[in-house]
Amino acid sequence: MGVTRTPTSLSQGSQTRGGIGESTLRPDGTLKVTGEFAYSSDMWHEDMLWGFTLRSPHAHAEIRSVDTSEAWKQAGVYAVLTYDDLPTEVKNYGLEIQDTPVLAHGRVRHHGEPVALVAADHPETARRAAAKIVVDYAPLPVVHDEASATAEDAPLLHPGRDDHHASHVPHPNIVHRQPIVRGDAEAARARADVIVSGEYEVGMQDQAFLGPESGLAVPAEDGGVDLYIATQWLHSDLRQIAPVLGLPEDKVRMTLSGVGGAFGGREDLSMQIHACLLALRTGKPVKIVYNRFESFFGHVHRHPAKLWYEHGATRDGRITHMKCRIVLDGGAYASASPAVVGNASSLSVGPYVIDDVDIEAIALYTNNPPCGAMRGFGAVQACFAYEAQMDKLAAELGMDAVEFRQLNAMSQGTVMPTGQEVDSPAPVAEILRRVKSMPLPPERQWESAEGTGAVAGTGIDVRALPGGLSNTTHGEGVVRGVGYAVGIKNVGFSEGFDDYSTARVRLEVVGGKPVAMVHTAMAEVGQGGVTVHAQIARTELGVTDVTIHPADTQVGSAGSTSASRQTYVTGGAVKNTCELVREKVLEIGRAKFGTYHPAWATAELLLEGGKVVTDGGEVLAPLTDVLEDQAVDIESEWRHRPTEPFDLRTGQGFGHVQYSFAAHRAVVEVDTELGLVKVVELACAQDVGKALNPQSVIGQIQGGTTQGLGLAVMEEIVVGEDGKVRNPSFTDYLIPTILDTPTIPVDVLELADEHAPYGLRGVGEAPTLSSTPAVLSAIRAATGLALNRVPVRPEHLTGT
Amino acid sequence: MRVNFTVNGRPYEADDVWEGESLLYVLRERMGLPGSKNACEQGECGSCTVRLDGDPVCACLVAAGQVEGRDVVTVEGLADYARQRAAGGCASGACGDAKNTGTSVDAAQRWEARPADSQTGEAAELSTVQQAFIDAGAVQCGFCTPGLLVAADELIERNPEPSDADIREALSGNLCRCTGYEKILDAVRLAAAREETQTAGTGA
Repeated sequence: MGVTRTPTSLSQGSQTRGGIGESTLRPDGTLKVTGEFAYSSDMWHEDMLWGFTLRSPHAHAEIRSVDTSEAWKQAGVYAVLTYDDLPTEVKNYGLEIQDTPVLAHGRVRHHGEPVALVAADHPETARRAAAKIVVDYAPLPVVHDEASATAEDAPLLHPGRDDHHASHVPHPNIVHRQPIVRGDAEAARARADVIVSGEYEVGMQDQAFLGPESGLAVPAEDGGVDLYIATQWLHSDLRQIAPVLGLPEDKVRMTLSGVGGAFGGREDLSMQIHACLLALRTGKPVKIVYNRFESFFGHVHRHPAKLWYEHGATRDGRITHMKCRIVLDGGAYASASPAVVGNASSLSVGPYVIDDVDIEAIALYTNNPPCGAMRGFGAVQACFAYEAQMDKLAAELGMDAVEFRQLNAMSQGTVMPTGQEVDSPAPVAEILRRVKSMPLPPERQWESAEGTGAVAGTGIDVRALPGGLSNTTHGEGVVRGVGYAVGIKNVGFSEGFDDYSTARVRLEVVGGKPVAMVHTAMAEVGQGGVTVHAQIARTELGVTDVTIHPADTQVGSAGSTSASRQTYVTGGAVKNTCELVREKVLEIGRAKFGTYHPAWATAELLLEGGKVVTDGGEVLAPLTDVLEDQAVDIESEWRHRPTEPFDLRTGQGFGHVQYSFAAHRAVVEVDTELGLVKVVELACAQDVGKALNPQSVIGQIQGGTTQGLGLAVMEEIVVGEDGKVRNPSFTDYLIPTILDTPTIPVDVLELADEHAPYGLRGVGEAPTLSSTPAVLSAIRAATGLALNRVPVRPEHLTGT
Repeated sequence: MRVNFTVNGRPYEADDVWEGESLLYVLRERMGLPGSKNACEQGECGSCTVRLDGDPVCACLVAAGQVEGRDVVTVEGLADYARQRAAGGCASGACGDAKNTGTSVDAAQRWEARPADSQTGEAAELSTVQQAFIDAGAVQCGFCTPGLLVAADELIERNPEPSDADIREALSGNLCRCTGYEKILDAVRLAAAREETQTAGTGA
């Protein structure tokens, strides 16, 4: 093989002995700090070509013709492909609904939709050739919100759709609708002493992972293709890629390459099929790397949402009822919209006890950019709205906002609006208590003794002020506010999905030492799954040396690296397979040595320190003697307890595997004259069940918190009523820098969930939920403004 | 066009460079040094930060032709660079006159990106700031890490005892989407403290 940069195995030597519960270091850490780690954009093959994608400049248009002749004439061009070049009858793909064209045919439905592909010997050659493709577009009316999507004469995004939601939705431009009705909201409303309502809006957030969509497709001699790719779920990609190429799945061999972050944005395909098509057509390796502009068009975003909520409460602070309607904009193609609807509706009540609810959530088809998975997945939008409502209710009742939440907080045993009982710890009141009890940061921190900021000698460090180094204030007009929020997120895939994972574990003697090799298809996207897998193998097999095999499709599916599920599900699969390996090792040991010591038959046996030991600590045999030159190699699937779909009329059902909870306290300072916000501190408390790697857990919480901060004050893909994206760049789409991000103290609880491996609870998403509403609550407290929309922009604070 | 420059102490000649190519493209695609990352290619994210005659720059914003005759240090050369700095020498010529302190042709021809001796990087010799990033948990997906390492190393070289505000200011051009920056701050504090201890230990 001529591939010179491809993923390698990761191994850790004897200096790292840690099992679960220890902050062991990442096995890929050294490669990542030396620049040697091979990300998907770093793949290289001699003689490789570069692929480029021509995209639609229109949000909605008929394609009358595509003329590629001038592009073909460009020197250095090896292929120009359009819809007509697709090799099979399978022209579409999709996570749940196959409605997304590989290349547009007859019609484009969103700005940036792929229309044609070019392969050339230099990326610039490919770009220039693509610019020579002549596409005759006839613009069509644009559907951009609920009113235009469901109007009587609205153009249908997918006429004749026959997916399994088509029959129950009220309009063909609605992807999915999920009502949830429990108790009697109208009757309960009559008991309320106060009623508050509000309309809230969440802008379109981007995952903004730093590693661009990229990969290398290498045509193979057997007619198949090897694809080196950054994704969140290899087997889901494979299931969508192979039929379009007309290849059996075993001829599309996928290897996970270094993934530069994901956050949901790599759940859908981007350039996978395109690179394979170009490679198979040209017979040459083809690399595609999106630039940042293209990346904004190349993946789905967080659903923007409009949410209407009503809550009532009695004078003594008990919530009587909740009604809500959540409208999510799914954009041109379905992606994960149905599941996002399921989450938004089933978690719309928040972590509170409310027996009487009337809930409806829908996702629209529009000509806006497609939206799908992003960290928090439907729960983020709901949390922003219900937490604003909690502050309003508390204010209306004259109660402390934290005490009001604690009074209504759910706990173990609470029944969700879906009828599902929360059957593991739900320490909602406790995590609120913990964030509230942390010491507050000192006032007027910008008055440093040295004044070492941009205005030396003044005693003012402008870096601690709103506006920062822009030196826009020395404290004039700056007011402080403190706000709180708490949220609930499900862990794992829900609604009856067969959410299994597979792990292969091999134990053998290498160089005189027992070594475990863990092989899964889990996408390591930065979260630290590889670290945790090594820890689990050490704990279960009692060995020090663990090798993590590159993730590929030569082993069974691990499911997606999303829904905070991988440590639970693939971690559970690794644990389970290790247990099977242990049983096999003990069986070998009994056969070899059983006659020499009665404990082989009578005692509880463990693997520890490279030896078989009794539970009393007596050493029976070193693993090297038990195994000798024999390898134990087992691959096995593992499942958590099953869930069931929500009823389409009532929303009832045991839909979720597990819930996770985080609370935040935000401290902000606002320059009320310029509308600039400085988040001073963003404290978080979260229950994680069991911290398998405490350092990684805290890293997840701080990272998730910061993405929530971004949604609160800066992050939004701006889409005009023409459906066109206005800011597809890091110049115009802002994510928090280190200057925008405050100190993030974290308090971690470990209340075991008895249903989960080691009692663990998925960590990654919950902190993204409550961060945003906590910041908003603090800004409201500072300014007295209502602020029903995120992100908050300066003009919202100054009224200009 | 042809471009001659020095990368991590090694003289390099690039042929057939198209005039529009960036230093980043030449490093990644022509030299086989993909450590400098391509996250935005418009100078906003800092993932491609390298030292150009000692100054931290975004390699994506430097035209390849601009580096003619100049010295570049990338993340791949950071450990060597830090070691030679500690020894009072200079890896790239960036701390002095390149003509006098540059690497010999013989040494340059033997130069390889580290770690050359292990696929897993186990045996790599790391600079203080690289080790601190691993130890502090400042690496998650790692895509921002090379640029941050180059920027953080330059900060500590210039300001051995940076305050938190100094660290934030120096690294404000480097986006990270995974960590929330807390552990990056921890790592830079740790690296500065370790450098100080080492310097004190050598009596320097």
